[in-house]
Amino acid sequence: MASKVQTSAADALAGVLFDGMTIMAGGFGLCGIPENLIAAIRDTGVKDLTVISNNCGVDDFGLGVLLAGGQIKKMISSYVGENKLFAELYLSGKLELEFNPQGTLAERIRAGGAGIPAFFTRTGVGTLVAEGKEVREFDGEKYVMERGLTADLAIVKAWKADHEGNLVYRRTARNFNPMMATAGKVTVAEVEVLVQTGELDKDNIHTPGIYVDRVLKGPVYEKRIEQLTTRPKQEVTA
Amino acid sequence: MPWTRDQMAARAATELRDGFYVNLGIGIPTLVANYIPAGMSVTLQSENGMLGMGPFPFEGEADPDLINAGKQTITELASSSYFSSADSFAMIRGGHIDLSILGAMQVAANGDLANWMVPGKMVKGMGGAMDLVAGVKRVVVVMEHSEKSGAPKLVKACSLPLTGAGVVDLVVTELGVFDVGRGKHPLTLLELAPGVTLDEVKAKTEAPFEVKATAAA
Repeated sequence: MASKVQTSAADALAGVLFDGMTIMAGGFGLCGIPENLIAAIRDTGVKDLTVISNNCGVDDFGLGVLLAGGQIKKMISSYVGENKLFAELYLSGKLELEFNPQGTLAERIRAGGAGIPAFFTRTGVGTLVAEGKEVREFDGEKYVMERGLTADLAIVKAWKADHEGNLVYRRTARNFNPMMATAGKVTVAEVEVLVQTGELDKDNIHTPGIYVDRVLKGPVYEKRIEQLTTRPKQEVTA
Repeated sequence: MPWTRDQMAARAATELRDGFYVNLGIGIPTLVANYIPAGMSVTLQSENGMLGMGPFPFEGEADPDLINAGKQTITELASSSYFSSADSFAMIRGGHIDLSILGAMQVAANGDLANWMVPGKMVKGMGGAMDLVAGVKRVVVVMEHSEKSGAPKLVKACSLPLTGAGVVDLVVTELGVFDVGRGKHPLTLLELAPGVTLDEVKAKTEAPFEVKATAAA
């Protein structure tokens, strides 16, 4: 088997990008986003993309750079409030947008990766989200049918990987990454730490390597913070 | 005097019970964390994938990998756990969270809630709000009683797109507290803020409501 380990973000994406494709990108806000792979996608100029991601970055970082380059045709997201360019493009009709409730989005991706074509959820019943979808009653409660989601490519960010593509995430940077890793026809993971196979604790692997086709140790990480909130350090007095 | 934002949060905090798992929305609901009664154990869930949210980090100790659903840097506690977005919403949708406290643009007498979209104006998205109101056992709304324009927010029927239908249990505003009961019984004023008159509340509330005897006393 050829090695999954790639030496550059460009190599990690070689041969998998095409105009009009669907890409899933992990992350919540700017936390746990595959920032090196996003930058490499920008550099290729691939366009007419449908991007599935909870948010769309900020104007100059994360998925926002693909918006700025006019590379995204449609977004499937739950919240895009941090992005001025997004609102401009959408309100002027230059960008298609499908809002999904955040839990529905997560479950659609989980289902897609698990071979489940559709499921029923109470979320969104009686709202715009349920329009045009089958609503069915179970045990006296109404539920709306939502479809599983897959993509041509999933790009995810983990903390650590080994050469098999086993992944470990860190703190709240996990978010959408594990489900997306399962739902890409091709999944490329970028990580901060690449270790030899056997060095990860096998009982604590979050994404087994079967889901990961290519692994990249990201050359640099900015890991920008969206809302820095702190409290002053207490002076310790004797 | 109508309640301040902090007093509204403190009133909402009296809905907490020992052992509750709670999700707090952005804005005034976030302040509820400052009013958890001493000796009460409440676990805060953050829908981006954490149970057991701690306070803001000390200056210089923020971790970009550790944020809450408002994208603010936070800290962990000894009891904290991390999980994926799918697991997080399984908790929410599956009815494992006891209480959700969130903001609103409109609440109707039938328990309908609108808080995610103003057609043609605001494109932000619903985030996790639709899942929370559909799945959490008890939903408390904390909001200003009126729009900045003076338009009422406690209405007969929501004019804005819904976040959920028949989902609100209780509303706390600066003027008082209303039992909505998911629209299963008539909207009822439970409490008035100190010095606020029933006439003022009636003038600023579009939805008809009943008044609990103890509220007008």
